[in-house]
Amino acid sequence: MIILDQTDRRPIYEQIVEKLSDLMLRGILSENTPLPSVRNLAAELSINPNTVQRAYNELDRLGYTYSVKGKGSFVAELCSVREEQTKLLIKSFSLDITKLYEAGVPAELLVKEINSIYGNNYSEGGSKQ
Amino acid sequence: MIEARNLTKRFDDFTAVDNIDLTIRDACVFGLVGTNGAGKSTFMKMAAGILKPDAGTITIDGDEVFEKPLTKERFFYISDDHYFFSNSAPDEMMRFYANIYPSFDKDRYNKLIKAFELPDKRKVNTYSKGMKKLLAIIYGLSAGTKYLFCDETFDGLDPVMRQAVKSLIASDMADRGLTPVITSHNLRELEDICDHVGLLHKGGILLSEDLDDMKINIHKVQCVLPEQYTEADLKDLDIIITEKRGSLLTLTIRGSEDSINAAIKQLDPIFYEMVPLTLEEIFISETEVKGYDIKKLIL
Repeated sequence: MIILDQTDRRPIYEQIVEKLSDLMLRGILSENTPLPSVRNLAAELSINPNTVQRAYNELDRLGYTYSVKGKGSFVAELCSVREEQTKLLIKSFSLDITKLYEAGVPAELLVKEINSIYGNNYSEGGSKQ
Repeated sequence: MIEARNLTKRFDDFTAVDNIDLTIRDACVFGLVGTNGAGKSTFMKMAAGILKPDAGTITIDGDEVFEKPLTKERFFYISDDHYFFSNSAPDEMMRFYANIYPSFDKDRYNKLIKAFELPDKRKVNTYSKGMKKLLAIIYGLSAGTKYLFCDETFDGLDPVMRQAVKSLIASDMADRGLTPVITSHNLRELEDICDHVGLLHKGGILLSEDLDDMKINIHKVQCVLPEQYTEADLKDLDIIITEKRGSLLTLTIRGSEDSINAAIKQLDPIFYEMVPLTLEEIFISETEVKGYDIKKLIL
């Protein structure tokens, strides 16, 4: 399901959180699907079950999943998480724009860049579905 | 829970384990790392009741270990150089262990022997080193004990076997709350599986902490300070190691990320970056502080 990057220096539970939340945000793990059990994921990745449990607790806390006693973790409704995510992304985007502005990059260049990603229909509210 | 209090072991005038206090919690993976001759194996042998402590106590779930067969039923000790009866076949050893451990699971044993394709008709003394190690691990996992002591167990296995054994240990932890205690030199490996790490040096314990806390409290920073400042201006920080290459300073600092960030940003650095530490680097910096600096000897 997920593959750990052995060269990544971050703690393993952070990697699990990131990879699983990514799968959820992309809709590969859809709402209400159960996550693999702690036991199975730990055995599959050959890591400590406590690490997996920790990652699952973190996902719970961040609102990606909800847990049912005795049944495990399930993917939660991600509307609010997505909103939060969008806010964060826009914040970092505006920070980057500020840097570009300070470096004297003309606005046309940025618009061109945006166009190349969104296509030319951004003005009609085009977004990736 | 395994508890060591003021544990000491001497061999003639050499103190192998010096006044150690250590607690190993249940259902966690405990990793014991240390410099060569730091006393890891001696500690393990006292935990397994093979050596008698000269002072202090070591208890498993509150009970003494040395010469107490009932306490010894609770763990399986895979030694660095596991002993097999001479001329024995794997099954004979299995019957021996099954006699000793009431919880021994023969079905599991047969399943594992088949799964790892060990030749069970051959005598153990014709096995290769890695196969013997694997066989010892299979006995250990089949014994169904609460604790599993692994003294440099992973070091003799090939990468595929290593992954397989780790998976088995992981599922046993999840299924029945196994508590593995592992010594190793391979820090990268311990980093992957341990919850808690004890660092031994010259018989004493340097630190015993949750792996993640360890990483929170020690940081490595690379920076270039403006000319008017030197590293002396950072004296408020608990700097363990300073390294200087040209204008680039590499500092290993104890303390939280935020406080370090704040202190260094104050000096308005030209370049500043925080690099995460691996367990290996923590190990090297902690022992270096105690004067264990092999680099100096070799270079």
